Amino acid sequence: MRKPLGLKILDGVTLLAFAAAAALVFFYAPLEAQMGAVQKVFYFHVAAGWTGMLGFVVAAVTSALYLITRNPRWDGFSVSGVEIGLVFMLINIVSGSIWAYPTWNTWWTWDVRLTTATIMELIYLAYGLLRQGVEDLERRRRFAAVYALLGFVSVPITFVSIRLFNSIHPVVIGAGGEMPTMAFTPAMQVAFFGSLIAFSFIFVDLFWHRLLLANWAEQVDALKARFEDVEGGMN
Amino acid sequence: MNRGRAFGRAVLALVWKDLLAELRSLEVISAMLVFALTVILVFNFALELTPRLRAELSSGVLWVSLAFSGTLGLNRSLGQEKDRGCLDGLLLAPVDRLAIFFGKALANWLFMLLSLVILLPVLSVLYDPRLLQAGVWGVALLGSLGYVVVGTLLASMAVQARTRDVLLPILLFPVLLPALVASVKASSGFLLGLPGNEISPWLMVLIVYDLIFLALALFVFDAILEE
Repeated sequence: MRKPLGLKILDGVTLLAFAAAAALVFFYAPLEAQMGAVQKVFYFHVAAGWTGMLGFVVAAVTSALYLITRNPRWDGFSVSGVEIGLVFMLINIVSGSIWAYPTWNTWWTWDVRLTTATIMELIYLAYGLLRQGVEDLERRRRFAAVYALLGFVSVPITFVSIRLFNSIHPVVIGAGGEMPTMAFTPAMQVAFFGSLIAFSFIFVDLFWHRLLLANWAEQVDALKARFEDVEGGMN
Repeated sequence: MNRGRAFGRAVLALVWKDLLAELRSLEVISAMLVFALTVILVFNFALELTPRLRAELSSGVLWVSLAFSGTLGLNRSLGQEKDRGCLDGLLLAPVDRLAIFFGKALANWLFMLLSLVILLPVLSVLYDPRLLQAGVWGVALLGSLGYVVVGTLLASMAVQARTRDVLLPILLFPVLLPALVASVKASSGFLLGLPGNEISPWLMVLIVYDLIFLALALFVFDAILEE
């Protein structure tokens, strides 16, 4: 049970990518004229949102694959996607709140984007509770896959919410029309894509770690079961 | 007999079975109704509603009380199948699994509509007389359809879990929210007499919601009703 070499290398690359992205954000990208230093939150906020949504997309795709093939391996992918997605969506919501306080003058407002993102987070928390509540392993995997598919509807809703409804949340990707948008200088764009790339590395790295963990947990369970058999045989 | 007719007969047989059981025990409807009325009363006192506020909040109160009481009905309807071993019996029956799902969902829809038939007039007396209009009934029809499709799927999973009683609302409400919001918005649009082009987007949301989850149900029901 040793960490594979590829993963060790990826750890290093991820660390470097993150350091580079942080350097770009803090030292290369200029200070935004109106918002000042707090605008720098935005680079990590969007990147965390991207990573979180990526996790949920992976979970939905692998859940569908699990239901079709019934290969437990896809269930491991699905849990990993949801767990990483939950963590990064939480970072996304909290960092958004930090940005909102000086910009909107409030930590929280019931804007569609904030609300849909929170509901999405709640759905995937419920996913975790569902897994805990079902003891039979095979049934747990099936039900979790079903719920990950039903709950996935919240992800595209969250993504398009600011484009469909009146929202005070800025549109970053595919901006247009009369919606509030963000104006970038080229240096800001470099920092933005730098942090997107760094967070994508973090995603893959964490995902790999989480899959390894799932494998090891399975082996421990198998060993426990064998140990109990031996003990039961002695009595 | 061709397959389509056999399928329809199986669905109807299931609905008939549920209706008959309900007629004899009144377990589901009575629980739903009493609870919904309690929620309506609690709202009135907890929010200290004035007559004007009552009229403004009535569609929200209607949908929240319906959504809360609906979980009781769903848990009961699928819980009794599980507890009395009827689910295994149903699964052994030589009918399409899809017919079992649709039969249960249709029966739950009927229960929900039946409780609406009593709830809506009561609410119109207590909160806002404008509630009794065709538009609100239409919204109720569409909204409750989405509710029972998602609800029947999730309740069939919840009753098979160790934490069954707490699980259903936790699983159901966040997934249900788009339908709930659209139902509230559309019915308050009718109550306020808004022009059609301001209500129709919410009706579209409801229709799309119903269609998406019906389609998803077709894909996943097999994985839930499998033992």
